[in-house]
Amino acid sequence: MNRRMLIPLAIFVALAGFLFAGLWRDPREVPSPLIGKPAPAFKLTQLHAPQQMLGTSDMKGKVWLMNVWASWCVSCREEHPLLVALAKENIVPIVGLNYKDEPAAGMRWLTDNGDPYTTSVMDRDGRVGIDFGVYGVPETFLIDKAGTIRYKQIGPITEDALRKKILPLINELQKS
Amino acid sequence: MIPELGHLALILAFLLAIVQGTLPIAGAARRIPSWMALARPVAQGQFLFIAIAWGCLAYSFLSSDFSVLNVATNSNSQLPIQYRFAATWGSHEGSMMLWVLMLSSWTLAVSIKSRHLPDEMAARVIGVMGLVSVGFLLFMLTTSNPFERLFPVPADGRDLNPLLQDPGMVIHPPMLYMGYVGFSVAFAFAIGALLGGRLDATWARWSRPWTTLAWSFLTIGIMLGSWWAYYTLGWGGWWFWDPVENASFMPWLVGTALLHSLAVTEKRGTFRNWTVLLAICAFSLSLIGTFLVRSGVLTSVHAFATDPRRGVFILAFLVIVIGGSLTLYAIRAPKVGVGARFDLVSREMALLANNVLLIAAAGSVLLGTLYPLFIDALNLGKLSVGPPYFDSVFVPLMTPLFFLMGVGPLARWKQASIPDLAQRLRWAAVVSVVTAVLLPFATGEWKLGVAFGLLLAFWIVAATFTGVRERLRSAGGGLPAQLRRQPRSYWGMVLAHLGIAVCVVGITMVKGYETERDVKMNVGDTVNVARYVFRFDGVVPQRGPNYQATRGTIVVSRNGTYVETLYPEKRLYNAGGNPMTNAAIDSGPFGDIYVSMGEPVDGGGWIIRVYSKPFITWVWFGFIMMAIGGFLALSDRRYRIQTQRDAVLPRGAAAKGAQ
Amino acid sequence: MGRASTFLPALFLLCALSGQHAGAADATPTEMDPVKAARAVKLADKLRCLVCQNQTIADSNAELANDLRGQIREQIAAGRTDDEILTYMVDRYGDFVLYQPPFKTTTVLLWAGPALLLVGGLFILLRNLRRQPAAESTLTDEERERAKRLLDGDDRKDDK
Repeated sequence: MNRRMLIPLAIFVALAGFLFAGLWRDPREVPSPLIGKPAPAFKLTQLHAPQQMLGTSDMKGKVWLMNVWASWCVSCREEHPLLVALAKENIVPIVGLNYKDEPAAGMRWLTDNGDPYTTSVMDRDGRVGIDFGVYGVPETFLIDKAGTIRYKQIGPITEDALRKKILPLINELQKS
Repeated sequence: MIPELGHLALILAFLLAIVQGTLPIAGAARRIPSWMALARPVAQGQFLFIAIAWGCLAYSFLSSDFSVLNVATNSNSQLPIQYRFAATWGSHEGSMMLWVLMLSSWTLAVSIKSRHLPDEMAARVIGVMGLVSVGFLLFMLTTSNPFERLFPVPADGRDLNPLLQDPGMVIHPPMLYMGYVGFSVAFAFAIGALLGGRLDATWARWSRPWTTLAWSFLTIGIMLGSWWAYYTLGWGGWWFWDPVENASFMPWLVGTALLHSLAVTEKRGTFRNWTVLLAICAFSLSLIGTFLVRSGVLTSVHAFATDPRRGVFILAFLVIVIGGSLTLYAIRAPKVGVGARFDLVSREMALLANNVLLIAAAGSVLLGTLYPLFIDALNLGKLSVGPPYFDSVFVPLMTPLFFLMGVGPLARWKQASIPDLAQRLRWAAVVSVVTAVLLPFATGEWKLGVAFGLLLAFWIVAATFTGVRERLRSAGGGLPAQLRRQPRSYWGMVLAHLGIAVCVVGITMVKGYETERDVKMNVGDTVNVARYVFRFDGVVPQRGPNYQATRGTIVVSRNGTYVETLYPEKRLYNAGGNPMTNAAIDSGPFGDIYVSMGEPVDGGGWIIRVYSKPFITWVWFGFIMMAIGGFLALSDRRYRIQTQRDAVLPRGAAAKGAQ
Repeated sequence: MGRASTFLPALFLLCALSGQHAGAADATPTEMDPVKAARAVKLADKLRCLVCQNQTIADSNAELANDLRGQIREQIAAGRTDDEILTYMVDRYGDFVLYQPPFKTTTVLLWAGPALLLVGGLFILLRNLRRQPAAESTLTDEERERAKRLLDGDDRKDDK
């Protein structure tokens, strides 16, 4: 048998290998280029206290979670119970970024579904979202004491991601 | 009852497919006539049961039987009847049903029209198609059963995706699948030839009509897909290099190479190994395409809902079929060289170059489509590859191809000479250059890209006409006699090549001169696009059979005179939730005007998008010409009298090239 | 792909049909300077919409696309160059947001691939051509004549 005749087969086998690897990946997921970079600074009005503001500078020195949510977001409902439970454990402060929402609708949603946030701030026009590279809701960012983004969860937080990735990382960051 | 009947029919078809895929092939290897003889009747039986199964599914849709999960998920009681029918293949399961229906139809056709084949060959071909069928039926029965029931029965269904509620849905998938799946016949012939150890010009002659037929259907299918996307998606795009589009385009490119390669193998007995490999590749790409669309490996607006389990199954199937056939190829492809010799300058060479270019093009499309996957799997990050890449890579490959299209048909077999060709084509060259350079001035805006595209198109036309004129002259007699003397397959080629030229003109002009305005309009506002004036006259509510719409009124005028009124719509389907854009298009031979509504803005205005798309209909018309060319070639005398001749002449004599 | 199963189809539906209207969506206002407007469209055409991943920001009706188009216009008005604006987007969304894949070491194979395929194919072709058997079968002159006539006759009538 002429060796050269095996080339098509070899090409195909390599291709099949990649296709197989591809089955376990998510092509739609866009990883953040901001991991390891400083969180974009912002100062926004608070949802429940419109005269007061909250900014990234206020959170320096703490390890914290920023959760992007909205009252019109269906998938947010999925992760919300997890967040509420997490808030009760008092491990990290969770700041909510109310993305492109009406304040009244946002407040009502929190009343209906529980409020795990130490504070929620309003990003009415989505500018801060763009700065953070938000492209879908919900998304969650883990930010360390120095203000660097250490992890981004795209889509709702799952029990799995929480236990395996987020909590251990929080632990580690809080110790340093 | 009916769904269960359908399910049962599917199981019976599966069992028959197993028989069809094993005994005839074994019979051919062991020379057991009774086993070989099973091929045709079993294939026909399989078709019968699959047709019954498909009929049961269609009936469930037409009668809105929501106890069937597939119907409940994809249909609705208010859905008009033709879309209830089309919804039969509107889901993953349904499209699989369509796949196996097409496959068994092609097998049926082969079983009927294969009397002139030697028994072992017929048995092998039908057997291989049976094996493919086994794979798909097993896939359906284990992971994608369209007859699954739903309890409790919902009061109404979730409705067919509004984007699919269109005549395009009724015709595009069947045409596409006819083509896609049709390459399985060429594939089966290739495998049959490898199994039998007989790879000669006769094999090529048998394969060719089947390949041409599949190719023609695929051409129509792709054209319909493009046209449908254009008028339905609302932003005037007609080709996106979307993974699913590429999944159908790659087999088309390889299929085109295969057509040309088969022509040479039939005529000259050369390129045998290469042709066989192409036949395997064309169908392999069809299968890979099926995988890509359903596995979730790539993002696409066309993709079906994904499930890794299904992906694994299809991939395993791919490995078996493609891996198996390529292994067989490596082992069995004869060691004989390319056969009869030919010179560096010859028609054979032109056709081989055609093949290299087409394969490079198909390979590039595959590379671009899968590259994000490669990079991601190797943990090198996330990339996206879109139209800018494909356009910049595809055009340079097609350019030499179009040039060759003019030269090839005029080159002699075996030995041609460049000075001779140059001399015969000099008129064509001059005419095409002059017209291509001058014509863009007529539009008022000369562009190099446009001149270049037109040059390629006019070159094809001029060179083709030169070739036609030469042939007619050498035939002798008056013009009618000359015309009649040429075989239909020749006219098929001429028409198909001219079709490409027409398509190139369309693409060149659209890309060169299309304009778009995307503006916020209040009632009474006007906007100018391409010498027309568009005035927005407000909206009115409308009601359809299963939707509510807001219909806009756009009054079009030119130089102060009224031209027409266009009525784009924004529809909200009752069962669904998301608004759909229905563009209003005025289509003409020299271009389209296309208006669609964006979103409403505060204050009663709307965002309106207005496009001018010059010559865009030529793109699709070119494809239609190609398909007609294919069908014309198929109606060639030699295929019609082939059966008679084979009955009279011994088989060996039949291999002497067609006449 | 558990968690993706609700989040992503939601994004998906948003794109497969035309975007929702959430309040005042804006398009290129007719008052904007046409040169700048053209620049805005060109830039938007170079960026991929992350929501509807198979469209550009220029084409997509998704809200994020709208917002980003607004960003582009603002930055053009603020005097930023095209490169600066593209870098701004890539900084936030990664290379994925570029509709045309960048030229980097990881994309060498992508950009060089087609040329390699072509050159490789031609190389194999020419090499096989050289390898052809030189032998001509032995024919008598009479047979040669007959063959020539048949072949020429073939050429005329039987080209396909």
